[in-house]
Amino acid sequence: MGISIEGVSKKFGDFVALDEVSIEVPDGALTALLGPSGSGKSTLLRVIAGLEQPDGGRVVISDRDTTDVSVQDRGVGFVFQHYAAFKHMTVLDNIAFGLTIRKRPKQEIEKRVQELVRLVHLEGFTDRYPSQLSGGQRQRMALARALAVEPKVLLLDEPFGALDANVRKELRVWLRRLHDEVHVTTIFVTHDQEEAMDVAEQIVVMNEGRIEQTGAPRDLYDHPKTEFVMGFVGPVNRRGALFIRPHDLEILAAPALEAEEAMIERMVHLGFEARVELLLPDGEQLWAQMTLAEAELMELRDGQIVYVRPRRAKVFEPNGEPSTQELAAA
Amino acid sequence: MVAPLPRLGGAALGRGLVTAYLSLIVLIPIAALVAKSTEGGLGEFWDSLTSPLAVSALKLTLIASVIVTLVNVIAGTAIAWVLVRDSFPGKRILNSVIDLPFALPTVVAGITLLALYGTDSPVGINVAFTRAGVVLALLFVTLPFVVRAVQPVLLELDREMEEAAASLGAGPLTTFRRIILPNLTPAILAGAALAFARAIGEFGSLVLLSGNLPRTQVSSLFIFSQIESGNTSGAAAVSVTLLVIALVVLLLIGRLTHWSLRHAR
Amino acid sequence: MPASRTASRLGLRFFALGYLSMLLLIPVGMIFYRAFEHGAGAAWDAVTTPEALHAFYLTILIAAIAVSANTIFGVGCALLVVRTKFRGKALLNAAIDLPFAISPVVIGLSLYLLYGREGWFGGWLLDNGFQILFSLPGMVLATIFVSLPFVVREVVPVLHEIGDEQEQAAHTLGANWWQTFWRITLPAIRWGVAYGVVLATARALGEFGAVAIVSGRVTGETETAPLWVWREFGQFNLTGAYSASLVLAMLAIGTLLAMNAFRRKEAA
Repeated sequence: MGISIEGVSKKFGDFVALDEVSIEVPDGALTALLGPSGSGKSTLLRVIAGLEQPDGGRVVISDRDTTDVSVQDRGVGFVFQHYAAFKHMTVLDNIAFGLTIRKRPKQEIEKRVQELVRLVHLEGFTDRYPSQLSGGQRQRMALARALAVEPKVLLLDEPFGALDANVRKELRVWLRRLHDEVHVTTIFVTHDQEEAMDVAEQIVVMNEGRIEQTGAPRDLYDHPKTEFVMGFVGPVNRRGALFIRPHDLEILAAPALEAEEAMIERMVHLGFEARVELLLPDGEQLWAQMTLAEAELMELRDGQIVYVRPRRAKVFEPNGEPSTQELAAA
Repeated sequence: MVAPLPRLGGAALGRGLVTAYLSLIVLIPIAALVAKSTEGGLGEFWDSLTSPLAVSALKLTLIASVIVTLVNVIAGTAIAWVLVRDSFPGKRILNSVIDLPFALPTVVAGITLLALYGTDSPVGINVAFTRAGVVLALLFVTLPFVVRAVQPVLLELDREMEEAAASLGAGPLTTFRRIILPNLTPAILAGAALAFARAIGEFGSLVLLSGNLPRTQVSSLFIFSQIESGNTSGAAAVSVTLLVIALVVLLLIGRLTHWSLRHAR
Repeated sequence: MPASRTASRLGLRFFALGYLSMLLLIPVGMIFYRAFEHGAGAAWDAVTTPEALHAFYLTILIAAIAVSANTIFGVGCALLVVRTKFRGKALLNAAIDLPFAISPVVIGLSLYLLYGREGWFGGWLLDNGFQILFSLPGMVLATIFVSLPFVVREVVPVLHEIGDEQEQAAHTLGANWWQTFWRITLPAIRWGVAYGVVLATARALGEFGAVAIVSGRVTGETETAPLWVWREFGQFNLTGAYSASLVLAMLAIGTLLAMNAFRRKEAA
């Protein structure tokens, strides 16, 4: 069960959107396709949906080869970034659409729609038109609409991209809860690593039409296989061949083994965190992340000379496995 | 809002000039027309309208215009669809050509159709002096209206709505019926209203095609013949009637369009 | 793509192309054929007779006057409608749209009634030596009537879209109303104006019904090109009729090309 993508390729003119991409999505899982613009993540999603035809490869949904099956018959639910609401129909008719065209009995449709309206918390809005709803409400309606026909797979294309920051955060939580209740195999596309890390059980990192790495959020963060993944999934400093997370950059008041001299260019207080921007003698700039409490304890000031060393760093060999250097425990 | 004209004085002057221009060119002539039509009282007005020739002309005008409007709704939408969604060599040229009936003098339109479908027809179809010819000429001159009204709406249509419908299981016909058409309806109605208004008043293209026979004489030709024979009040009565019909249709469709756009963003 | 989808797309294309060919393309092609049926020489001779040349001259002259008047009116009226407040805008808009709803013969009749001997203006004007009907002024008035809405209708949305911020900026920099209009507003709306002018010109050149009534159709004096075509056809001088039609058709095609060019510039 689940979804299997095997060697899928897709070109638009000369532009290679997907280059022999293969992934396995377990049944019932909540997976994110994460990557920058142009990485191919939306194209892959649309290929799975049947909205694009791949140039090569197979798409297998629930053990059925659907590569040649039309989008109508694939049983996928699709949610668009800009909602694609049927603006000439009420919320009720939007959600009921899939059932209406399958000519289900009126009573059944009403019952199912009411269930969904409760699920997405749009009670009282059923007679409104999409233009009378907020962005977040429209997206919830779109989700209800997609779920109405009990799809085998739920696909969301940057579903929260068009919404305000707080609405986005709310809907993230809400999507997780929804997935816990409804348990349908879900894939969503995003360029926001925080969103992917927050919501997904499995993340597929894509870049330039290829898969860089697949894994659980923690795995990707702690054990990135490439520079790209490390840099995309979290903040990173680069010192020569070393890649260092800002919170792994230790700051000391006095010289110590393996520590380099640096000047604090600027200390920024971001709520509960402190961000320390450092300038090294050779002109390179690094930044360290620590709690405000720690910074205050050390009495760090702008212009102060300190000594920095990485507690942990990654090295990416061009041909081999990435390795981790760690300082002996202090 | 800042007026580029010097303060209130300028705006008032502008309004005065605009009103004067409109009055001189449009409003006063129309007033003279209405005055003449009711000159002999409502009784004479009614008599002019109900003379057998006037009645048959009006009947022909309305029936032909309705037929032509319906054909345009279907053909016009189809053509707009092909111009927006399809692609083939020469499409750009075809798109420009649609406006030809608008740019061509109407009498030339009549001659153009007669060249192919008249007494010397190379394909053996002769609609000169027939009612079919009247319909043909009206189809020619009203061609651009529905097409040009539907095209921009079709261009702006959110394709994702159609993709959403497909992902929910709707086939192309269902998607067209339930998603595309409802969103095109206001534009189709607007185009149809303009086409109808144009059709009932059309003159130049019919002048050669219909001869002077009563059975192919539409109201505009009737009006013309009445003027030539000196019966200007009769002509005025029918004129006012045509005008009122056109205005009523335009108003009705305007309301309908407004209503069907009630859920627009 | 499924075969049925391709079939229906081709079917629709075939229908649209077929309809357009039968109604539009082939008939227009026939004009070219018929005009040159007796040779290019005959066609040329037919359209260069003094009457024909005068007819073309008159058509262009009347169009030039009418379109110029309507352009000045159109821009001014658009500015009024978009940039100032007053009651009765709906009425104004209705009046401007009136020419779309009226048959040309009705327009001709109304002018005929107004400026005829018995008309409200006619009596006084004729007594003072002003000939409106059966002469150039009447024909110009009729043509202004029919081509009135075009420039206004094209300029209004453009004015809405560009907003008045630039004009406000010009005022703060000390520009008076004429400078602002000439240097800021007009350049911003020029493609809208151009497109409107082309539409108005097309309508003015093609005017037939209203002018047929107010002109009296005196050959060599008050006959415009479309009226001349009518006469020629009626007198069975088919080559003349077709050749002149061809010239008018080419003018129309030229207008189409201009429309296309300006439509794209307007949208840009």
